[in-house]
Amino acid sequence: MLEVSNLECVRGDRRLFAGMNFSLQPGELLHVHGANGSGKTSLLRMVCGLTAPAEGEIRWNGESIRSLREDYFKDVTYLGHLGGIKEELTALENLRISAELAGVDAPEDKVVVALGKLGLGGREDLPAKVLSQGQKRRVALARLLLCNTRLWILDEPFTALDVAAVGVVQDLLSQHLHNGGMVILTTHQEVDIPAGTVRRIHLGLQ
Amino acid sequence: MTSLTAAFRCIVARDITLALRRRADVLTTLFFFVIVVSLFPLGVGPEMATLRIIAPGVVWVAALLASMLALERMFYSDYRDGTLEQMLLTPQPLPVLVLGKVFAHWLVSGLPLVLIAPLLGVQYDLPPEGLLILALSLLVGTPVLSLIGAIGAALTLGVRGGGVLVSLLVLPLYIPVLIFGAGAVDASMSGLGAQAHLSLLGAFLLGALILAPWAASAALRISME
Repeated sequence: MLEVSNLECVRGDRRLFAGMNFSLQPGELLHVHGANGSGKTSLLRMVCGLTAPAEGEIRWNGESIRSLREDYFKDVTYLGHLGGIKEELTALENLRISAELAGVDAPEDKVVVALGKLGLGGREDLPAKVLSQGQKRRVALARLLLCNTRLWILDEPFTALDVAAVGVVQDLLSQHLHNGGMVILTTHQEVDIPAGTVRRIHLGLQ
Repeated sequence: MTSLTAAFRCIVARDITLALRRRADVLTTLFFFVIVVSLFPLGVGPEMATLRIIAPGVVWVAALLASMLALERMFYSDYRDGTLEQMLLTPQPLPVLVLGKVFAHWLVSGLPLVLIAPLLGVQYDLPPEGLLILALSLLVGTPVLSLIGAIGAALTLGVRGGGVLVSLLVLPLYIPVLIFGAGAVDASMSGLGAQAHLSLLGAFLLGALILAPWAASAALRISME
């Protein structure tokens, strides 16, 4: 379970938000709303442990993520604005490397299946630089299928995706929630996740 | 332990694959080194005695500059495409990954210098044992440059004008390596034996191996904030 208490975010001299509290139980999705620059990405980066909050604490199963470090990262998959895809490597190589670093065993056929699910069947061996933006996004999203993590933190997962891919990702999310996973995401699109509880946070309320 | 070595091997293999697919970057360092070292005999003139005296210094300074030239590449491309932040979020200890990256970086930018240095040394009329000590001192010294450089590269990540800043940060720490590296060749040619210098370089290497991965990891975490 993820608990966030009294979180404050300061960027430069500006305080983006303060006193934020929420908790996330297995099977729940948190949808972070807010205008551009309201601190959505900053919140997500704090929750996944990339940045330290100015104030407040984030706890995973009752322990601060600052002290858990690697034990927390074992349970989390973060997908940021930058997809984390190496242009010179093929889709297959990209995914196998991220899986191996995440400490999961990802044999080639499993990766091929994951890529197939996201509609990239037959393009496994193309270098990522010849893929389109949307296809690169799909490769990045295929990571979710490979890493058996419980908490998914997704920053604008639907950008550059076509309608079919958005559907696939929604199915992925609902299945993950159904299996007791947790999701935090930001998106400007209306998401319709059929399973689980959807919580909402609005940042930068005027 | 096995997962640590697996992660280390994975990063090294990844970075070497990347380097092989971006060969121009790798060759720049080597090319720079070869050109600088080869230009000196042309500029200084064919006076054998002078060339022998300046050889260790020239080769070492060129190696140092070449290694600094390559520093920017160590983390920057991973930083730009987001793979670095993914690396920070893996369950593997970051110093192990950093050590893997530094090792791969040295294999593609440091090791070629070590291998080609004896050939370039011939232009300076270095005696065979001088060439051997030159290669040996570079073999021990260039990893130190990569390790120390990793700290500087990590600290200046994402900073505008990082290239200049990294030289300012790293150069003072490079100087002892330069002194003892070039000194080793000098000592061996004057008959004193290079052992003392090489031992000191070895000590630098051990110290850097232990400290640099931690320092660079901490610096990376700060730069990514």
